[in-house]
Amino acid sequence: MRGLIRKIKKSRLLGMSGSSFPVWLKWKKVKGSKAKIKYVVCNGAEGELKTQKDYYILKHYPKDVIFGIKLALETVGAKTGFLYLNKKYYRKLKPKLIKLTHHLPIELFEKPEGYLNGEETVICNIIETKAKEPRVKPPLPAEAGVFGKPTLINNLETFYWVSKIAKNQYNYERFYSIAGKVKQKGVYKLPFDFTIRDILTITGNRPWFDFFVQVGGGASGEILLPNELDRPITSLGSIIVYDKKTTNPMVLMRKWAKFFFKENCDLCATCREGTFRILEILQKEELLSQDKQTLADIFNLLEKASLCPYGRILPRPFKTAIAKLL
Amino acid sequence: MQKIKITINGKKITAPLGKTILEIAKNSGTYVPTLCHHTDLKIKANCRICLVEVTFKNKKKCFLPSCQAKAENGMKIETDSVEIRKLRKTNLELLFSQHKEECTDCVFCHSCSFLQMAKEYQVEIDKFQDRKKDFPTYNFGPALIFDSSKCINCYNCVEVCQNQSVGYLEKVEKNGFFEVRPNPKKTCIYCGQCLAHCPVGAFEAVGEFEDIEKPLQNKNKVVIFQFAPSIRTSIGEEFNLPFGSVVTEKLVGAIKKLGVDYIFDVSVGADFTTFEEANELLEKLKNKTGNILLSSCCPAWVRFVEAYYPQFVKNLSQARPPHIILGGLIKTYFAKKQKIKPENITVVSVMPCVAKKFEIERKEFLIGKLKPVDFVLTTRELAFLFKKKGIDLKKAKPLKCDTPLGVPSGSGVIYGASGGVMESALRVAFWEKQKEILPKIVYEQVRGQENLKKVELNLLNKKIKMVALSGIKQAKNILEELKENKQAYSCLEVMACPGGCIGGGGQPLPQDKEIRQKRAEGLYQIDQKENLKVASQNPIVKQVYKDFLKTEKLRNQITKVKYTCKQK
Repeated sequence: MRGLIRKIKKSRLLGMSGSSFPVWLKWKKVKGSKAKIKYVVCNGAEGELKTQKDYYILKHYPKDVIFGIKLALETVGAKTGFLYLNKKYYRKLKPKLIKLTHHLPIELFEKPEGYLNGEETVICNIIETKAKEPRVKPPLPAEAGVFGKPTLINNLETFYWVSKIAKNQYNYERFYSIAGKVKQKGVYKLPFDFTIRDILTITGNRPWFDFFVQVGGGASGEILLPNELDRPITSLGSIIVYDKKTTNPMVLMRKWAKFFFKENCDLCATCREGTFRILEILQKEELLSQDKQTLADIFNLLEKASLCPYGRILPRPFKTAIAKLL
Repeated sequence: MQKIKITINGKKITAPLGKTILEIAKNSGTYVPTLCHHTDLKIKANCRICLVEVTFKNKKKCFLPSCQAKAENGMKIETDSVEIRKLRKTNLELLFSQHKEECTDCVFCHSCSFLQMAKEYQVEIDKFQDRKKDFPTYNFGPALIFDSSKCINCYNCVEVCQNQSVGYLEKVEKNGFFEVRPNPKKTCIYCGQCLAHCPVGAFEAVGEFEDIEKPLQNKNKVVIFQFAPSIRTSIGEEFNLPFGSVVTEKLVGAIKKLGVDYIFDVSVGADFTTFEEANELLEKLKNKTGNILLSSCCPAWVRFVEAYYPQFVKNLSQARPPHIILGGLIKTYFAKKQKIKPENITVVSVMPCVAKKFEIERKEFLIGKLKPVDFVLTTRELAFLFKKKGIDLKKAKPLKCDTPLGVPSGSGVIYGASGGVMESALRVAFWEKQKEILPKIVYEQVRGQENLKKVELNLLNKKIKMVALSGIKQAKNILEELKENKQAYSCLEVMACPGGCIGGGGQPLPQDKEIRQKRAEGLYQIDQKENLKVASQNPIVKQVYKDFLKTEKLRNQITKVKYTCKQK
C-alpha cells in the first residue's frame, strides 16, 4: 500500500512491546535497505507474567493481525514473514491461523519455552536454529536480523494497529490487560492516552481496598501507588492490582527474582551472577540497609552494563517495590 | 582509508574508521581492562568489564562494551570515569563470586590481571560466598587440569576447543546455570589452548607448579636438562624482557644455577629428527607410492590423528620428536661416553607444551625399559622454578650448552615456529640430493603467522605440494581433502597450536598473534646469524650416525617410532 509509512508516521504509532519505539522509523529503515532478501517477524511471544493482551488480539482479530503482516511484507519488500508465537497460543490457535495464512508467505513459528525467547535478537537466533542467546547490538535486526538479512520485528499488537491505520480505522487506542485482585479481569481496548486510574474506573476494576499496581508486565513492570495513577501507560499495556494488606512485598519480589534467575540466558556476567545474587539477598526475612545498597549496586550494573534489554529492564520492579513498599 | 576523530578521556585522537573503541584506546596507550576479549577469538562481550561511557555526536549518552562497539566520528569516550569505576567494581565483585581464589598455585600467580583489577577498583573479592566453591576439578589425562571452581563462564576455552575441531569442552546446563564441562565421550588432544586462552587461570598443566622441584630432589641422580627450540625467545617475557628477546645463553646460565649437571639443546635433537624425516620424505618421493607424509613432532597432532583420523596413523612420520631422540641419545650415547649408568640419569625436557607431559609416557618410545625423558617442565614452570629459587634470568651469567649435544644448526632452532620443520627437512633434501641451498622463495612461503601455508616446489625433478599448518581446524580440512584425493599433497607439517610451538600451551601468558610473531622473529634471527644451516651437516649428527647409530636396530630404537593409535 502506497504511503503507508507516511500514514503510520502521522498516526504517531509506537511499538507495543513496551519499548515504545516509533513504528514508522523501523519500517522505513527496513524498506530503505537495498538487500534482496528481507524478513518480517510478528512477535507474539508474550512471556510477561499475568499479561494476555496478544492472546486476546490473536483470538478475536486474527485477520487484522495477518493483514498487518501482509502489509508489512509488501511495504518493506520482504518475501517471507514469521508469525512467532508463545507455545500455548500456538497450540490453541494453530488450526485457525493455518486456514488464514496457508495462501500467504507467512510461516507459523512455535516459540520454545522461556521468557528471553521473546527478545528480538534471540528470536532471530531461534528462527535460524542457533543457540537461544541474545545477539550483541548493533547491528539491529532492521540491519541484520534473521539469517543476517534486514528484518522487521514488531509486537503482534503493532501489526493489528497498522492494519487499522491502513483502513483509516485507527482511533488512537491500545489494548490493556488487567489482572490481579480485580472484579473484571480481561483485556480491554481503550484510548492510549487514558490514565491508569481512568482505565481501572471505566472497566469497573477500581479497587475498594488499599492497593498498589504493577504496570508494564507482571515481571518487569514497575510498582505504582494509588497517588501515581494519573498518567497513561507508556510501557507494555498491562495492569496488575495487588492488595496492599495481604501482599508481602518480600514474597512478591522473591517471585520476580526466581523468574528472572530462571529465565535469564546466562550469557553475560551481569545477568547470570546478578540475578543469582538478587535472589540470594531476597531470601532474607528483611533487608538491611547494607543489603539495599548491594542490591542498588547490582541494579545499577544491570541497567547500564547488560548485554540485552532483559538485564537492563529487570531492576525496575525491584527498585520501585523497595522504594515504595518497604 | 577513511579517518574519524574521537576523544578518549579528553585526548583528541584520529583513527581509521571501522576499529573498535578498545583497539583505538589500546593503540593510543589508554588502558581498558578486559577478560573475555582475546584477539584470537570472536568478540563475545560477555564479561562486560571493558565497559566505557560514550557520548555520541548527538549528545546521546550510553555505556558500551569497548571490545565490541565500533568507534564513530565525534564520539566522546570516558574509560575511567567515576561511574565506570563504580560499575566495574560491582561487576568484579560478581565475577569474583564465581571464582575460587587459589592464587599461590595458579598459572597467573605472578601476573594476574584479574587480581590487579581487584586492587585497581578496590574490589571486595569475598563480598559474596563463592558460588562455585564445590565445583569439581577435572584431570584431562597426564597433561591438563581444569578447575571449574575458577571459571568465570567466558567460554574462551569452549571456542578454542571447537576451533581445534575437538569440542572436548562443552557448554552444559546444570542446576539453572550453564557450565563448562569436558565431554567424556570425546578425546582431549592436550594442546593446552584452553589454558592459553583462559583469562583467570582455571586450567593448568599437570604438576604446575607443585611438582616442579621433583626432578631435582633425587641427589643420587645425574640431572640433565634439555630445552626446546622455542623456549629461548619466550621465557624472557616471564622476567619482563621484551617479546621475542633471545636469551639462549642466559637461559643456560640460569639452569646451571639450579644445580643441574648437564644442559643440552633440544634443537640438536631437532637436527636428528630433520635428518630422519628428510630421508623418509625422499624415500616416499622415490618410491612413487604417493603416500603422504605427516609430521609427528607435535604430540597433540599425533593424538588428534590417532583419535579422530586413525586411517592416517600409518602416514605419520617415523622420526621421533626431537626431545625424545635427544633424551634417548643422552641415556645411551652420552651415558656410554661418560660412563654413567643410564638408570642413574634424570632427563628433564623444558617444553613450550603441555602435551609433551603426555608424550613422554608413551610406550612406543621406550628403549628397552628405558624412558628417554623422565620429566617435562613447561616454559612457565621453569620460569616459576627460577623465581622460587631467586634466580633472575636477566642477571644470569651467559653460558654455552654442554658438549657434545649442545650445538644445533639454525634449522634446529626454527623448529619452534610453524613451517620450521618443513623448512629444515627441505634444506636437507635440497642439500643432500641436489647440493643446493633452499631457494629463498620456498622459505618465504613457509614462514609467517598464517595458519595455512602451501608450498609448491621441484625436488628430484618432481613437482611436489606441501602444506604447513598450525591449528587443528585447518589440518582437519586438509585431511578431508586427502580423503578424497590422496595425491593432493606430498607432505603436511602440522602444529596444533597457533603459530607452532611459540604459541604452545606451556608458554608464558598471555599470548596473541603479535606476541607469537615476535617470538618467531627471534628464532629466525638466530638462524640468520648461524652459519650451519643444514641439519645433516651438523658435526654431531654426522658423528653420532658414524660412530654410534651404526646398526639398523639401534637407529630404530633411538630415532624411529611406529604409532599404533592404541593410546587412551
